[in-house]
Amino acid sequence: MNLPYPLRYPLRYLLALAVITASSAVYAQPKSAADGINEYRNMLADGNPAELFEAKGEDLWKQKRGTKATTLEKCDLGKGPGVVKGAFVELPRYFSDTQKVQDLESRLLTCMESLQGIAAAETIKTLFGRGEQKNMEALVAWISAESKGMRFALPQAHAEEKKMLELGKRAFFYRAGAYDFSCASCHGEGGKRIRLQDLPNLTENPGDGVGFAAWPAYRVSSGELWSMQRRLNDCFRQQRFPYPGYASDVTVALGVYMGVNAKGAQSIAPSLKR
Amino acid sequence: MADPMRIRAQLAGDKATVRVLVGHEMETGQRKDSAGKIIPAWFIQEVTASHNGKAVLTAQWGPAVSKNPFMQFIVKGAKAGDKIGVSWKDNKGDTRSDEAVVA
Repeated sequence: MNLPYPLRYPLRYLLALAVITASSAVYAQPKSAADGINEYRNMLADGNPAELFEAKGEDLWKQKRGTKATTLEKCDLGKGPGVVKGAFVELPRYFSDTQKVQDLESRLLTCMESLQGIAAAETIKTLFGRGEQKNMEALVAWISAESKGMRFALPQAHAEEKKMLELGKRAFFYRAGAYDFSCASCHGEGGKRIRLQDLPNLTENPGDGVGFAAWPAYRVSSGELWSMQRRLNDCFRQQRFPYPGYASDVTVALGVYMGVNAKGAQSIAPSLKR
Repeated sequence: MADPMRIRAQLAGDKATVRVLVGHEMETGQRKDSAGKIIPAWFIQEVTASHNGKAVLTAQWGPAVSKNPFMQFIVKGAKAGDKIGVSWKDNKGDTRSDEAVVA
């Protein structure tokens, strides 16, 4: 019998066709840069060096330090003295003892000063990654890790907390500097990026483990653990703004704004960044 | 004293996958500080791993290995409860040894 090719080998013909269709589907959707970065992150996630900081932070929490030679175990992070688990996903919040809305780092400054006698003003003046700031990195790594997988639920009951939300919102949209930038210039809509880094839209909930829910993070490129304060500090630098004071009101207010927007998002901190 | 390593040894069949996270600066000796002075080289040179005290891996590392390095290897014939030890020595002569139990 002399049938034309497709009829003589129908199965082979179909398979060849399927292969062509499959490969053309691959070409139609090339791997995006974001996919590549995600793949890289997944490969590294298994050995996230943030774990080394976590271990150090846990030791620091229980270590007697400062002029008063006490531990931080009595520190109230918002869920009562010494309660660490779940505290991170509810910060920044209002504290009645200081009568201020505080984020994790400004709260730690308070605890270190009142409990241990480590002067907050000194720590504020210290450069990131040096001296007491190095200890701060480890502490935030451990404290955030204790709330890993939990969902953000910042309290908004107190008037001060609402005020800080409004202040944070205004700071977020405030345009200034040599480039006439605001936070919203980069983080005001989806699908934007700086070079290859996708930028989350922080005016809404960017989703689980994105944006506010991903910091503190270990940065592979510099081998450092960046806290939220350091992240914000660098955002200010990139906008060509003057550096904000460490743990200053504007940074806390921005934290409240991002945290309230991220309500319900799962925290993956301390995460891993490029 | 150097910071501790994080060692996990996970058993699957008769093989244990060991994951080691080492905390080390791993300075290459090529970088300069803010004052323009060269930061002296400081990196891990020797790494050894043992299974119940018997050496199963030795490695020579150099300045090309990253800061806070991560190492993974598989130990054949491991059983639950076995001890996996890892130790390193850097170019300043500092050493660190840690142990983990296969689980």
